[in-house]
Amino acid sequence: MKSSRRKFIKLAGLTALGWSVCPSLASARSNRYRKIPGALKADRWAMAIDIQKLSDEVMQKAIEACHRLHNVPDIDSRQNVKWIWVETFKTLFDDQVHAHQMEGKEKLPLLTLCNHCDNPPCVRVCPTKATFKRHDGIVLMDFHRCIGCRFCMAGCPYGSRSFNYSDPRRFLNNDELSPDYPTRSKGVVEKCEFCAHLVDQGERPACVEAAEGVLFFGDLSDPDSEVRRVLRDRYSLVRKAKLGTEPQVYYLI
Amino acid sequence: MLEKAIKGSALYWIWLLVLLAVIGAGFGAYLTQLEHGLTVTALDRDVSWGLYIAQLTFLVGVAASAVMMVIPKYLHNHQAFARMLILGEFMAVATIIMCLLFVIVDLGQPQRLMNVVLHPTPSSVLFWDMVVLNGYLFLNILIGWVTLQAERKRVGPPRWIKPFIYLSIPWAISIHTVTAYLYAGLPGRDFWLTASMAPSFLASAFAAGPALLILLAFAVKVFAKWDPGREAIQSLAKIVTYALAAYLFLIGCKIFTAGYSMVPDKLAHWQYLYFGLEGHTMLATFMWVSTAAGVTALLILLFPKNRQSDNILAFACVLVLICTWIEKGLGLITTGFVPTPMKEVLTYAPTGPEILITLGIYGIGFLIITVLWKVGIDVRKEIEA
Amino acid sequence: MYDAKKIIPGLIIFALFFTFPFWFNLGTAAYTTPELELPDPEEHEHCIESTEYMRAEHMAMLDEWRDIYVRDGYQEYWSELNQEYFLTSLTKTCMDCHSDKEKFCDRCHEATAVDPYCWDCHIEP
Repeated sequence: MKSSRRKFIKLAGLTALGWSVCPSLASARSNRYRKIPGALKADRWAMAIDIQKLSDEVMQKAIEACHRLHNVPDIDSRQNVKWIWVETFKTLFDDQVHAHQMEGKEKLPLLTLCNHCDNPPCVRVCPTKATFKRHDGIVLMDFHRCIGCRFCMAGCPYGSRSFNYSDPRRFLNNDELSPDYPTRSKGVVEKCEFCAHLVDQGERPACVEAAEGVLFFGDLSDPDSEVRRVLRDRYSLVRKAKLGTEPQVYYLI
Repeated sequence: MLEKAIKGSALYWIWLLVLLAVIGAGFGAYLTQLEHGLTVTALDRDVSWGLYIAQLTFLVGVAASAVMMVIPKYLHNHQAFARMLILGEFMAVATIIMCLLFVIVDLGQPQRLMNVVLHPTPSSVLFWDMVVLNGYLFLNILIGWVTLQAERKRVGPPRWIKPFIYLSIPWAISIHTVTAYLYAGLPGRDFWLTASMAPSFLASAFAAGPALLILLAFAVKVFAKWDPGREAIQSLAKIVTYALAAYLFLIGCKIFTAGYSMVPDKLAHWQYLYFGLEGHTMLATFMWVSTAAGVTALLILLFPKNRQSDNILAFACVLVLICTWIEKGLGLITTGFVPTPMKEVLTYAPTGPEILITLGIYGIGFLIITVLWKVGIDVRKEIEA
Repeated sequence: MYDAKKIIPGLIIFALFFTFPFWFNLGTAAYTTPELELPDPEEHEHCIESTEYMRAEHMAMLDEWRDIYVRDGYQEYWSELNQEYFLTSLTKTCMDCHSDKEKFCDRCHEATAVDPYCWDCHIEP
């Protein structure tokens, strides 16, 4: 058997290969889990922001509520993290502005956050499904799975996403962390989650609650939801409509 | 055959030591990045890809250039490349490894990179990039090693390698096409949202890759005392010339679309790239260097007399590399992000650690090229003796 | 044997490296189960599962919880032992009772040289 050593090595290699292709048995999820009975349900969550009623005070309350609840670090550099923040009409709706706009309208401060698009490019590009769209339309982050490639940040047309360039706990007061939501670690991307964890417990998003009637949150597929009602009554805009991302944050003009 | 890599002249070992020192420095810088996170880079919330991804983008084109020798040799029996082919394949191995390393150092959670394999996402171009890059690496290692072994034994390569060689041709095209698709399908980035991305990648690849090969071949003539053959170099030079012409033409086309339509979403990026906006002109300076280098190189290479003079050809190849490295590097990446979706303008200038890590990876690439080319050339010398 | 002068010493060095864990710790104390400080049995009678189950499975269980909660949205876990539902949360369920990380979690983890990164994000009470 002249080539016995060769044959042995080939066989060993094939065995190792076969052995390593271990069938990933997605073990049937035990039926020991359930969703919280009082959870808010929807087919397509959406938010409406009443521009007429927005004031600096309301916006700060909304931002404060969100960032505090979610332990969003306050970083004073361009490597900052923000889930909801203030921009102007001009920067949000640059495809709508012109040189002779009504006085003061361009500089109008507005709230902005992740649009939870119905056709989200960030979800399309994520290589690990770390960002994914739920059945109810919310675009969520799975921080356990995110590899920090930041493709989703490149894919988002709205600049809604932030990356943790360093350990966020360095910029948080560790004695005053909100226990209701974990912090994140360095190296993962984060953004607004429409407070999915609160929605699943039957509560509305923190910003909506804090804004007391200036922000609306509801199910687009339900014609009686507050969002649908308010969209019927008022003229509204979405950001960068022509891109086909179908953003679900509506600005009531 | 690897034993050929551990027998070398003093110069060979000194060169390897220098490379190891560079790699060591880069590795040390990477450890700080692992410790502190990507905050050590100049990246920020708006410009979230920078020097690392720029190198990936540039090198993936260089890696594909081996196909420019495979096609003539295997499909059209153009024998001029026969002796150099192995060097092209080995260069592809080194450059692809560099590409993969640049992806890894760019990740925020590199220890989780297997998630891309464990949770395959066919809708994500990055998934496919992982597939084609690794596939190309495997193909080139396999083909290179098997053909070199066969040559050393003075026999033809085994028949089963032929399908792999034919596969490597479309596969080489796919690596930079898929990388171009990373950018060309993002609705929010108007600078990249153009069908001309992939063709431009191809053109710059087939200019930069052979240019690098020519320079390395000259180096090998001097240091390893082995001549790849005048005809091979001249053929490569012609390829560089035509590819460079196509590449510059494509840039011109892109500039026309932005400039003539004057759509602000597109035009603003080009203005930033060539003239700067709101006082941010650093990138623009580099871009003019790039364009000047490219045009000068083309004007030189158009004349056969210039291509036939080794020194002038080498100079032109350096210009080609400068041009493509800038344009397919930070010129492409930064401009995609600036102006931001909120129409802000900023400058991205890599930090020290970023540059050190980048140099470290280039060190690894050159180390692999040196070792593999040493093997390849020593085997050829053995055969031709 | 061909090259015996290189092979035999090589084999001996290999054998020494390979058996390192066995001879290096000779003479030191054997591994003992670390002493864990348990929550007050008056207040909390049981964990959500038995000790034996937890000892063996808490890692797999938490790994399953991660995906079940975040990706599938199932927020509650049925504990056979307690006959009630608990939140699938490290901070709000496990650490509600096992609130002192150093005196409980860290004891075993440090003894077995395990370094879970859960607490990089999840807040300890």
